[in-house]
Amino acid sequence: MAERLTAHFGGAKIVLKREDLNHTGAHKINNTIGQALLAKFMGKPRIIAETGAGQHGVASATIAARLGLQCDVYMGAEDIQRQSANVYRMKLMGARVIAVESGSRTLKDALNEALRDWATNVDNTYYIIGTAAGPHPYPRMVRDFQSVIGREARQQSMEQFGRLPDALVACVGGGSNAIGLFHPFLHDAEVSMYGVEAGGDGLETGRHAAPLSAGRPGVLHGNRTYLMTDAAGQIMETHSVSAGLDYPGVGPEHSWLKDIGRVNYVAATDTEALEAFRYLCRMEGIIPALESSHAISYGCKLASQLPKDRIVVINLSGRGDKDIHTVAGIDGIHI
Amino acid sequence: MSRITQTMAALRAAQRKVLIPYLVAGDPDKGTTLGLMHALVAAGADIIELGIPFSDPSSDGTVIQQGAERALREGTTLHDVMDIVRQFRAHDAHTPIVLMGYLNPIEIMGYEAFASAAQAVGADGVLIVDMPAYECEELFDSVRPRGLDTVFLVAPTTTQARLASICASSTGYLYYVSLKGVTGAAITDKGDIKSKIEHLRTMTDLPVVVGFGIKDATSAVDMASISDGVIVGSALVDAISRLPRGGVATQDHLTAAVSVIASIRSAIDNIK
Repeated sequence: MAERLTAHFGGAKIVLKREDLNHTGAHKINNTIGQALLAKFMGKPRIIAETGAGQHGVASATIAARLGLQCDVYMGAEDIQRQSANVYRMKLMGARVIAVESGSRTLKDALNEALRDWATNVDNTYYIIGTAAGPHPYPRMVRDFQSVIGREARQQSMEQFGRLPDALVACVGGGSNAIGLFHPFLHDAEVSMYGVEAGGDGLETGRHAAPLSAGRPGVLHGNRTYLMTDAAGQIMETHSVSAGLDYPGVGPEHSWLKDIGRVNYVAATDTEALEAFRYLCRMEGIIPALESSHAISYGCKLASQLPKDRIVVINLSGRGDKDIHTVAGIDGIHI
Repeated sequence: MSRITQTMAALRAAQRKVLIPYLVAGDPDKGTTLGLMHALVAAGADIIELGIPFSDPSSDGTVIQQGAERALREGTTLHDVMDIVRQFRAHDAHTPIVLMGYLNPIEIMGYEAFASAAQAVGADGVLIVDMPAYECEELFDSVRPRGLDTVFLVAPTTTQARLASICASSTGYLYYVSLKGVTGAAITDKGDIKSKIEHLRTMTDLPVVVGFGIKDATSAVDMASISDGVIVGSALVDAISRLPRGGVATQDHLTAAVSVIASIRSAIDNIK
């Protein structure tokens, strides 16, 4: 429980699910361990991955080193610039980082390039997709591997509070940490759920990465889902302070959960996420990932509007060490 | 009988191989695409696959990706692609056009709007790279009543169950992908292609045309001699990339750009 944060906002109890404490610093490792074991079982000596912020790339490189697999990571040239520390981490663990220069040079283009590699080298290569999107069975497989988040949250809530939480809050880019938290609670009608997309400069500006809040259904990377697509059907460029949320689509199960009204999808802007980043640092001594800061922003706002006997679980999906250069840069400090 | 089926039947009767060039609509601009299409027919093309440019062409190699990027920089939309077909059809009533692309632009336009526009402008077939045959029921409801053929890709990794579904859904011809990989890569295993095509022959009477990796007369003859013909994309798009921009390409420029198609035509016409 985040005691100072709870006291500050004066409403519901704010509880953090600490995925940031995982090895490699984010929930991404839950999925890469599962898929890399599958690769090993299938006899594939090589894995490939796409990465945006670099967290999934680092998690893939880590498990590849641990299991003795060759690992190539596709990363947009733009993202390589803004996440140089993670690029170096991957290299330290023996992975090759391949810069993607096509399209918008970000996460979606890295995914395209990984698909091309996989189609070419399918005999010896397993592709570990990092989020709950892509062609079947990836959305389901990634969800199942990430569901450990929700199962643990459920168990921990029962142990600490003797009941289920009232609300769950998670950030949504592709949506793997969110679907992992939500899925084990979907049949608990009393638990409300909030997926927080990257609002970038604001939904009204068009410069964001919030397909559920402001997109329309389309087809990309082998699944039908809400997308950032223009009137001609081209995929639009996305904008977010957080590289990990900079994806124009979203896992198809989130689209379904939106359509049936089970999960509420909202957005937090860059400014709101940065503000949340700072107060989690100051009040709890935790540096959160900029992705997770979107969830913190909305989760705290939600808690402030609820009575004190309610419990709000915020998924702290990753730690923010990788983002300190970005935040320092915004403050005009070069470190 | 569709224009594609008629063309295929005439070629089969004459014991000739089909030659299908692919180019991206709007690359380098709409007017040049139209000129190129007529030049392709003059160079011996039997059918033209006209690419609908898409921002995320995940089955394409660098050459065709860049072709799509050039077309998108020109602002080419699916409506523009239809307009190019309409203008082409005004001067060529004979050569079938297959619209080839990725699903999202068609999804956003809507299947009914897409199919009725395609029929109205005189297109003949549809090939959607990222749409599996078993997902096509709704699309078929729109395109089939309008007489449009539905062409699908068969890959070296396609399973038997998927193959059966593709054969049941295909009309016009089957597009056999020669290699594991993306457009513009190199063919490595000719023996495997031959046996896969022989297997396909036991499942369908449709013509089997080979694409991906056919870049010159030699590779075209290799593939055409074990199939009903060839599709040539990257080699042509690469030549198009060297054309002058801004609608100033002369007839000589266009003829030079399609020379790879002319040389493949004469090579595959000499297969005994």
